[in-house]
Amino acid sequence: MSAALLVRVLRNPAAAEHLDAAQWNALIAAAKAERLIATLAWRVEGVRLPDHVQPILRDARMDAEREARQALWEADRAAAALAPIGVRLVVLKGTAYAAAGLLAGQGRFIGDLDILVPRSAMPQVERALMAAGWEWVKEDAYDDAYYRKWMHELPPMIHVERDQMIDVHHTILPLTARPKPDADALLADAVPAGENVWTLSPEDRVIHAAAHMLADGDLQGGLRNLWDIHCLLEHVDPVALDRRAARHGLRRHVAQAQRLAGALYGGGGALTLWDRIVRARLLARDGWGRETRKLLVFAFYLRSHWLRMPPLMLARHLWTKWRKGHRPR
Amino acid sequence: MKHSLTLQIGPATFRIGSAWRAPIDQLADLYAGYPDRRGAIADFTVRLQPTNMLRRWVRPSIFITGDHGLADAAPMSLPHGLLAAEMGMNLQMALGWRRHLLLHASSVERDGRVLVMTGESGSGKSTLAALLGERGWRLMGDEFALLDLDKGAILPFPRLVSLKNQAIGVVQHVVGAQRMGPLLRATAKGDIRHLVPRPDVVARMAQGAMPALLLFPRFGHAAAIRPVGQGEAFMRLTQASTNYVALGEAGFVALTRFVTGVPACAIDFPSGEAAFEMIDRLWDEGV
Repeated sequence: MSAALLVRVLRNPAAAEHLDAAQWNALIAAAKAERLIATLAWRVEGVRLPDHVQPILRDARMDAEREARQALWEADRAAAALAPIGVRLVVLKGTAYAAAGLLAGQGRFIGDLDILVPRSAMPQVERALMAAGWEWVKEDAYDDAYYRKWMHELPPMIHVERDQMIDVHHTILPLTARPKPDADALLADAVPAGENVWTLSPEDRVIHAAAHMLADGDLQGGLRNLWDIHCLLEHVDPVALDRRAARHGLRRHVAQAQRLAGALYGGGGALTLWDRIVRARLLARDGWGRETRKLLVFAFYLRSHWLRMPPLMLARHLWTKWRKGHRPR
Repeated sequence: MKHSLTLQIGPATFRIGSAWRAPIDQLADLYAGYPDRRGAIADFTVRLQPTNMLRRWVRPSIFITGDHGLADAAPMSLPHGLLAAEMGMNLQMALGWRRHLLLHASSVERDGRVLVMTGESGSGKSTLAALLGERGWRLMGDEFALLDLDKGAILPFPRLVSLKNQAIGVVQHVVGAQRMGPLLRATAKGDIRHLVPRPDVVARMAQGAMPALLLFPRFGHAAAIRPVGQGEAFMRLTQASTNYVALGEAGFVALTRFVTGVPACAIDFPSGEAAFEMIDRLWDEGV
């Protein structure tokens, strides 16, 4: 199991000194597949590495640096687009970690720009972004209606010149999910991170990452999300975090994220049966970078839909998507 | 994976895994003259895997992926497995290589200077490179020319030369059948057959050289030569590079140095002989 090897080296970088070539191949393939290769590169800095590994890790770091630079520029552009309507730019996830200069941002690959705005401001935000060159990725009446009615974000938009995507959120979980985070509190307690850019408070960053990983989605990329959480936890007081998580209705998820982060990346800790099942899903990656434990992975895929929707709504949604030709991977 | 092989081509090392034996055996056969890199740490992992569990056995269908993959890559049949492996390696280079500026171009070297030929698929750049490689030039690559970011040299990437349709007969007529791979009929790009580069090409695959001439060849037109300005060459090469954007400023600097230092021409040619005549003339004038 190479995801396990990846976790072991991230936890204890000195272990990298004793790997043979076959283990390095497995480690690199798993790290690339989990999008943790540049994080790995940062972690093993200072460790004695085989000659052939160095340029591979250097390339990964260069890619991550470029993505961070690009992400901050996108944030800057979005802030400029929203300035005239008086909406301040709160960035989430990777862009936030880069903007705030956090350890979680070191070597992190950053895809889309995720921002959080008040729900009441969504129509103005949408118009302001379109005026500044963002446009819809694909027009589909069902998806569009679905996003607007049930999701926590607008359908993705892409910038016509820079080819970069933006996801505009008004809260951190779909409206159909059972926990109901307090979006007003998220925005009210946001903290500045550089010029014109804000991020969630340290506690809310952890809570968002935990909600994203454990209350939404199928744990694709879960090892990276958990690495984020592991790094973000260093900046918060556990008691304050628990109090804040209770306010968002996410105590259970945050506690589980803490246990898993401790068990995989930290000093260890006791796990429940459910934690162990999640851990088995997180480690489903072999030395060729392939996903393993297909049944377990599929079960988590089904669960992600279950989390998002009540049964009847789920049935209707799947039927509509099926007729449109969509199939699970 | 069940079957695997590690290959080094120019500066890049590939670990190729396959659910089936045949593609690996074919690769091992055609790359027999390349350095043995068994057990090496690879820059890239390539995977030839079944599109789904059933397709391993029944009407086998190959999904090409690896460190870098395209979700919507067209599946390939097992008889085209060799091509799938080649495409898998190209995909890794195109999406993942960062140590040089990657130009979608063929390149050949003579007297320590490099001729770079770039163009769309079907422009004739592979065929010209293959034929020049049999006429006293050193073949450096038919798919990617690697432009050094600091010094401006071109480095070889001499994988098997991929010949398509009529080019197969033309080249085979010159080199003979022994250095040709199996004929792959009716692929997405027509018939394809690979040419194994000469032994000295492989022996010198770590040796780069400075570029001296850039050509934009176009097969199937009356013979014509048109000088190409630096601005046009720059713009066309950004389009012909898969990592220009990813390299940022380093890519811009390298490409600027290249187009300002190397004369460029577009050549239209109706036949190989016409192309050789034009190339010889331009080479003697320019170098």
